[in-house]
Amino acid sequence: MKRLNEDRLYAILFVFPSIIAIFTFIYLFIGWTGYISLTKWNSVLPNLKFVGLKNYIRLFQIERFQIDLHNTFVFTILFITSCITIGLGLAILLDQKIKGESIFRSIFLFPMSLSFIVTGVVWRWLLNPGSKQLGSIGINQLFDKIGLGFLKSGWYTDPNIGIKAVVIAAVWQLSGYTMAMYLAGLRGISYELREAAQVDGATPFQVYRYIILPLLKPITIGAVIILGHISLKIFDLIMAMTGPGAGFSTDVPAYFMYDTTFRGNKFAQGASIAIVMLIMVGVLVIPYLIYNAKRQEVTQ
Amino acid sequence: MKTKPLIYIILIVLAIIYLIPVYVLLATSLKTFSEVSLKNMWNLPKHLTLESFKNAWIGNEDKGYRGLKGSFLNSLYLVIPATIISSFLGSMNGYVFSKWKFRGSDFIFPLILFGMFIPYQSILIPLVQVLRKAGLYGSIPGLIFTHVVYGIPITSLIFLNYYQGVPTELVEAGKIDGANFLGIYRHVLLPLSMPAFAVVMIWQFTSIWNDFLFGLIVTPNPSVQPVTVALNNLAGSYIVQWNIQMAGALLVAIPPLLIYIFFGRYFLRGLLAGSLKG
Repeated sequence: MKRLNEDRLYAILFVFPSIIAIFTFIYLFIGWTGYISLTKWNSVLPNLKFVGLKNYIRLFQIERFQIDLHNTFVFTILFITSCITIGLGLAILLDQKIKGESIFRSIFLFPMSLSFIVTGVVWRWLLNPGSKQLGSIGINQLFDKIGLGFLKSGWYTDPNIGIKAVVIAAVWQLSGYTMAMYLAGLRGISYELREAAQVDGATPFQVYRYIILPLLKPITIGAVIILGHISLKIFDLIMAMTGPGAGFSTDVPAYFMYDTTFRGNKFAQGASIAIVMLIMVGVLVIPYLIYNAKRQEVTQ
Repeated sequence: MKTKPLIYIILIVLAIIYLIPVYVLLATSLKTFSEVSLKNMWNLPKHLTLESFKNAWIGNEDKGYRGLKGSFLNSLYLVIPATIISSFLGSMNGYVFSKWKFRGSDFIFPLILFGMFIPYQSILIPLVQVLRKAGLYGSIPGLIFTHVVYGIPITSLIFLNYYQGVPTELVEAGKIDGANFLGIYRHVLLPLSMPAFAVVMIWQFTSIWNDFLFGLIVTPNPSVQPVTVALNNLAGSYIVQWNIQMAGALLVAIPPLLIYIFFGRYFLRGLLAGSLKG
């Protein structure tokens, strides 16, 4: 009995540093950021005078922030639906006992291993529409060459497109990830099940529509959470690819937060942006974590 | 089936589209300076040269831009210790949360996991304040510390999932043989942990190497900044020709690409660990 107590003590000691670190560097820090967002600290020197929700009220009146929220919404919807459609499509194609499957898989997945900064640098040039003197360059020039000139566009330089052009680069980077998730899911579904359905007269389409897709639902939920929290926080890619853009057409809250806090020294205002971002991510992720924890309890 | 050829055609076309950026990266960074122009983006290089890489690596003092060499080394000094430390922390946490549950551990673990999802913007201001107080701000050790702390959720999750697959009977047998908590960890769990260590280390190496935000905020000083921040500066500068930017991007991409090529299997498992259970 004494030994067991000693072991328990060791066990607690093992995780103690991590728990303290998480408590401090996540929860205490979030609390501190939350408090800063309620103060007057909007210049270099800290001024922790409490001003209530003033920073938030001002924030939602700033036009740039309204544009940012709109951009984030557009980006998130387009990014998630594209990644899921392309990822699922690729996974289903690769699941047809394809020769060279691993080569295809590697090609679709490798962008995931890169930094958003690398992706941003490359796509900034690819989606650069060129200029009057220069003519078309990048993807536009390629479209000209292969007779798809009608697809030419101003990409991220066109304020009407703005953030949607950034989606292209983000989907290039992360659709392979969604594919890998779906592929893992498809491999978990037994071939007997599909064959049984086909014996019963189901067409391949019906097998996917009524048997496989419903079984992949947990994976779709996981993908939405993972992709969603990435897109709500997107920063590196914007930084390297476009910056805030003309009329803030490629601006996002994370960029605005960086600008406000670390370039503009408006710490309280920046903290309020951070808290709004945290709430957006929390609304997406917390129900998922609770659902997951419950499911864990059931399986144990 | 008649659909097979069609599937191959679709896959090949898509593969070509996915490889377009790689083609442009390679073609541009291997061209001679006289050949490089935005108009020639799609042409293959006529003469191969490593000039662009040399410029991106060493920089050009006359023109006033820094090469990536110093920051590349900074990233290595940063990534290696941070990866090792955070992997061991993850393993220790995974061991306790799977085999030595204590009261409240089922409640604490999701709280740790949430740290994986938060926007780091919500902790950056206090982080800078605390690192300044501790004398770690603007230093590589400070950045290592940051990555270790914020790596705890994902590394613990991967090890927890892995250790849950290790039969509890092994732990019980260890206890009967008289091994204590540490003995079981050292002699039972750790020898079985190599695959999980591979997954976690590859994951941490790649994500710390690719990190930009922490590097930007914690180490703004050029002499200590990681390579992603340096690349962003290089690429954001109007005096740097775009072939040098492309060569720089390729240099930054090489370490994670090598990992991906040689350890792709583990890389994939790390990817899936963040979203799938078990």
